[in-house]
Amino acid sequence: MLVKLAINGEKHQADVEPRLLLVHMIREVLRLTVTHIGCDTTHCGACTILMDGRPVKSCTVFAVQAQGKELMTVEGLEQNGKLHPLQEGFMAEHGLQCGYCTPGMLMTSYAFLKKHPSPTEDDIRWAISGNLCRCTGYVNIVKAVQHAAVKLAGGA
Amino acid sequence: MIPAAFDYHAPTTIGEATALLTRLGDDAKVLSGGQSLIPLMKLRLASPAHVVDINGIPGLAYIREGEGFLRIGALTRESELEESELIRTRYPLLHDTSKVIADPVVRNLATVGGNLAHADPANDHPATMLASGAEVVAVGPKGERRIPIASFFTGPFATSLRPDEILTEIRIPLPAARSRGAYLKLERKVGDFATAAVAAQLTLDAGGRCEEVGIGLTNVGLTPIKAAKAEAALKGKNPDEATIKRAAELAAEASEPSADLRGSVEYKKDLVRVLTARALRKAVERAQGVTTRA
Ligand SMILES: Cc1cc2nc3c(=O)[nH]c(=O)nc-3n(C[C@H](O)[C@H](O)[C@H](O)COP(=O)(O)OP(=O)(O)OC[C@H]3O[C@@H](n4cnc5c(N)ncnc54)[C@H](O)[C@@H]3O)c2cc1C
Ligand code: FES
Ligand code: FES
Repeated sequence: MLVKLAINGEKHQADVEPRLLLVHMIREVLRLTVTHIGCDTTHCGACTILMDGRPVKSCTVFAVQAQGKELMTVEGLEQNGKLHPLQEGFMAEHGLQCGYCTPGMLMTSYAFLKKHPSPTEDDIRWAISGNLCRCTGYVNIVKAVQHAAVKLAGGA
Repeated sequence: MIPAAFDYHAPTTIGEATALLTRLGDDAKVLSGGQSLIPLMKLRLASPAHVVDINGIPGLAYIREGEGFLRIGALTRESELEESELIRTRYPLLHDTSKVIADPVVRNLATVGGNLAHADPANDHPATMLASGAEVVAVGPKGERRIPIASFFTGPFATSLRPDEILTEIRIPLPAARSRGAYLKLERKVGDFATAAVAAQLTLDAGGRCEEVGIGLTNVGLTPIKAAKAEAALKGKNPDEATIKRAAELAAEASEPSADLRGSVEYKKDLVRVLTARALRKAVERAQGVTTRA
């Protein structure tokens, strides 16, 4: 079945089997490999991408369901060679160790900050509660998101 | 994990969808949020030959009050329920529930209709809808019928929906002046199903007595449970501490949990008792709060 979609503002199309999962289309057909597959059981959130602006677990969506949708992955965060404030935040605050969860954390917090530009720590912890990190203990991830919130609000 | 191959259908009207379901019969599955169906297909616990994706049918996602009911379109996402001002202010039982289903990312896709149609006794909306006295609207090739929620769940993962029917709407009677509820769930972590959870909805009359009572239990039986004896123990009474305690004991007696990693039978029954008392106290507090503000 022919699927046409936009990803990070670029139009793509591919002929896929209906059973192909969206994450496999993104990684293996479109070769955008920053998005990870972790648990493959809808728990970990490493595969989180934005579909029409909302974070979804792309291991639990069929590629054919993305027909006509606008998707965004981590590849779309960097603009004109400049990292997004969230990416800078994760670097500056050591928001990652192995980095496996990071793509999902970035996309979930990207959508979250658009809706909640000045969140409390509790708000951030709520927002990322569907994204599991086995390394950091979350403390630095929260700091990274706070870092980005300040930056995006025009602060230092 | 790769699901078995299937044919994908994306109807754009309800008529087209029910015609497909009529033709394909038991070989077809409706796809809403996919947050229960796709995991099952990946594990090959479900291998439908046809998937009928209803997400392309416009007009099935809404939250509004009208004609005596709160009406929730079947394709309404859990996150939409959670973010709705109407739900937060007038239906705290529903708001409480939407916040504890799965996790925030899953809730962006998971639908209210799917949560009921899936009929997993561990799902949270069934108990909430039992406590709310809801009814669901099902549309089939011969038209529409309304099913009271108390007769909707017929077994584990089984409902009174026919294979050619689509659940299109959930209706909850508009709350009376002093009617409020609460949902309390104990979960081991975000994204886990309930060890046990209790939904309570109360309407107080002018004298502060319980005029209407609904109590639903999650994940302590083969189906969601309506704790009818506990409801009867409160009806017409003042919801004082002794009455609440009695109702909580009756709710625990109505539960039929099985032992698993989340706990033993005794533990879960006692949990139902404690959560019922707490949910009732919270519902009373909220219902009383409505008067003072009015
Ligand atoms: C990690 C994880 C944690 C979860 N935790 C919880 C939890 O704590 N509590 C909870 O309640 N749920 C939980 N869920 C389940 C989640 O809420 C499901 O999405 C929900 O139960 C089903 O809704 P859906 O829209 O995704 O349905 P789908 O997966 O699309 O469908 C489920 C079933 O219902 C049928 N169906 C769906 N819509 C209709 C319709 N309109 N008419 C007729 N039949 C229909 C389908 O054919 C299928 O058999 C969890 C899921 C995941 C992945
Ligand atoms: S890989 Fe999708 S949730 Fe873990
Ligand atoms: S950095 Fe390793 S899982 Fe999060």
